[in-house]
Amino acid sequence: MSRIVGIDLGTTNSLVGYVDETTGLPRVIPDAEGRVLLPSVVSFTREGVLVGEAAKRLLVRRPATTIYSVKRLMGRGYEDIKEELCYLPFKVAPCDGIVKIQVEDREVTPPQVSAIVLKSLKERAEQHFGEPIEKAVITVPAYFNDSQRQATKDAGRIAGLDVVRIVNEPTAASLAYGLHRLKEGVIAVYDLGGGTFDISILRVKDGVFEVLATNGNTHLGGDDFDRAIVVWLLDDIRSKHGVYLGRDSEAMQELRLAAEAAKIRLSVDERAALTIPFDGFTYHREIARTELEELIGKLVDSTLGPCRVALADASLGSSDIGEVVLVGGSTRVPLLRRRVRELFGKTPHSQLNPDEVVALGAAVQAHILAGGITSMLLLDVTPLSLGIETLGGIVSALIPRNTTIPTSAREMFTTSVDGQTIVDLHVVQGERELAKDCRSLARFELSGIDPMPAGMPKIEVTFLIDANGILQAQAKELRTGKAAAIEVRPTYGLTEAEVERMVEESFAYAEADVEARLLIETRNEADTVITHVERALRQGGELVSGDERESIRAALEELRRVRAADDREQIREKTTALNRATEHLAEVMMDAALKGALGSKRAAEIMESK
Amino acid sequence: MDHFEVFGLPRRLAIDTAELQRKFYELSRRHHPDFHQTAPPEEQARALEASARLNAAYRALRDPILRVEYLVRLEEGRDTKEGATVKPKAPPELLEEMFEIQEALAEAKAGGLDGAGRAVLVAQRDRLTARLRDEEARLVGPLSQHWDASPPAARQRGLAAMKESLAIRAYLRTVIDDLTDALGENQEGYVTNRRH
Repeated sequence: MSRIVGIDLGTTNSLVGYVDETTGLPRVIPDAEGRVLLPSVVSFTREGVLVGEAAKRLLVRRPATTIYSVKRLMGRGYEDIKEELCYLPFKVAPCDGIVKIQVEDREVTPPQVSAIVLKSLKERAEQHFGEPIEKAVITVPAYFNDSQRQATKDAGRIAGLDVVRIVNEPTAASLAYGLHRLKEGVIAVYDLGGGTFDISILRVKDGVFEVLATNGNTHLGGDDFDRAIVVWLLDDIRSKHGVYLGRDSEAMQELRLAAEAAKIRLSVDERAALTIPFDGFTYHREIARTELEELIGKLVDSTLGPCRVALADASLGSSDIGEVVLVGGSTRVPLLRRRVRELFGKTPHSQLNPDEVVALGAAVQAHILAGGITSMLLLDVTPLSLGIETLGGIVSALIPRNTTIPTSAREMFTTSVDGQTIVDLHVVQGERELAKDCRSLARFELSGIDPMPAGMPKIEVTFLIDANGILQAQAKELRTGKAAAIEVRPTYGLTEAEVERMVEESFAYAEADVEARLLIETRNEADTVITHVERALRQGGELVSGDERESIRAALEELRRVRAADDREQIREKTTALNRATEHLAEVMMDAALKGALGSKRAAEIMESK
Repeated sequence: MDHFEVFGLPRRLAIDTAELQRKFYELSRRHHPDFHQTAPPEEQARALEASARLNAAYRALRDPILRVEYLVRLEEGRDTKEGATVKPKAPPELLEEMFEIQEALAEAKAGGLDGAGRAVLVAQRDRLTARLRDEEARLVGPLSQHWDASPPAARQRGLAAMKESLAIRAYLRTVIDDLTDALGENQEGYVTNRRH
């Protein structure tokens, strides 16, 4: 059996892990620089594709072609996401049910972008083991529907991975915990990541991890917290400086990153300062934790409803929960910890690193599938009811939510017109009574039915939800015993042929080689410095002598001259020179800015937080 | 193989759920696809099917009311849901009140609800919820015991009584949901009875 790795494909960061054969414990694999988190960011440049930290550094400079949080678009239709498009600096367009992102001269689908992240992790694992890696377990939010799961599986295939299992994130986390301390009882896993929220209630007994109920929101996470802060900052900037930056995508990225940094800081400190230089002015603002809590209170509270529903679905009260485990970076927010404690009546914990625990669990599940662990078994559920549309658009439920998977349901169908040879079925997922309010999964076409009077054919359709939570269907005409052909047209997904084509194409999206990557980064660094210096000269040039201004301008011209050439060393040299030439100006400007509202002793702190 | 047979159980409503769970875990260890990942494809397909059957059986049997619903279906020889819906039926002793409730519901739908109207609907819902619990207790208690104790020839009457009880339960649940809808509480946190 070849090695299987476990991958946490996150909204903000992704990780890859494996189980160490000698210790039997899961570990995450670091990159060459020792970092375990790979930012789920992909930047398309003319020189090639960048991924991870290198791409993240391009977020502000190249907002239109640097894709982040693509997980929120996976398996989604245009209608689902059009409201949040105003927050995304890259161009997203509808295309055959799904969406496409326009970058440079081409269009890419969300699975293709995710595939680039997966491929980078695959290569990281290959470097680590010194052997090819072809199989992986990939985690998804428990509340992901069929289309979102399928899109994730497609991404794996495009990356050249055989996705042997899709595992739910909170369940994976419970496996990681279970391996450390096999305490029996009922646990609640509260998982709030960058873009998704899950709550899962599990019973752990005799090595079996039985999910009793799960609920969530696949469009709620730390990104939404950041957004709430950004909206508030935009207002504040408008009232203080009279400009609205909402349509300036570079400024929006600056604001988003500053908001994220402030949010993270406020999990530890009571106050956070942010200073952002914009064209024409420098914005400075302090945020108190209480202010943040006011901004995100509603979002935090909106996670409690799903928790109550999950408890009710498990036929349990909060007092039945033995422990509450927190997963995902967003669970570091103190307000959230308070709310969770109030709801469950006990202090939640996160003994394992909330950023890594899902990848560790994915590694454990991978090891189980490889036959390395036989003492543990995971019994997961399908998060949403599966049904078919019947007359009048009413949904007839076939498989209720929270049914243990794999599971199957059979249903009989017939024709309504004499001689009819084709029957169309519309399969939906969701809890609403009308098909139009549920998630359309696919349309199935049963064909090759022998012509008979209406109502005569008896077609038995078997719907199977496999251990990945993905739907399969089979059909049989009972009178003739003939298997009916069944064709699936996914409503929000790629067809088999499209995936095939993307697997072929994936070579065209090869990551830029090391040399090219370094050049892009160096050039990018130069661009950042150039912009900052130009701005500084405009805003504070008169604070220094004419001679000094001249020498700064000379250094600026030098850097501009070498920037376009391909000599990385030279670009770096001139960048450093320009930086040195402006050190004094920067100091003078900072002092000037601090005179006033702020005491000068805080200068160092603000410099740091920048 | 019916759901009782999956667990090697006789067709009876009294089931020791702790023992059922133990058996479920044991059989899951035998059949779950996770433990057959390295097997040839035919065996994987068999494991998938056996596991799906086991999960369906456990779901149908672990809950005493779902167990009655399943038994009724099984006794009537229907193994898909087709035509299985028990037609909801109002509890005979509450017919008059139901009329009033429907009227109040129609009113609530037509023009908003005032404070007093709300209080009436809430009180009605609480009463019906209590009635629903009673009906469910009767179903899983005396009715189930009666069916288990009857000799096969005398089971038809017991079956009819259980069907009637299920029909009343379905009716009560629908009205309770309608009341909850009318009260506008169906947004968050409240678990609807529909669909299950």
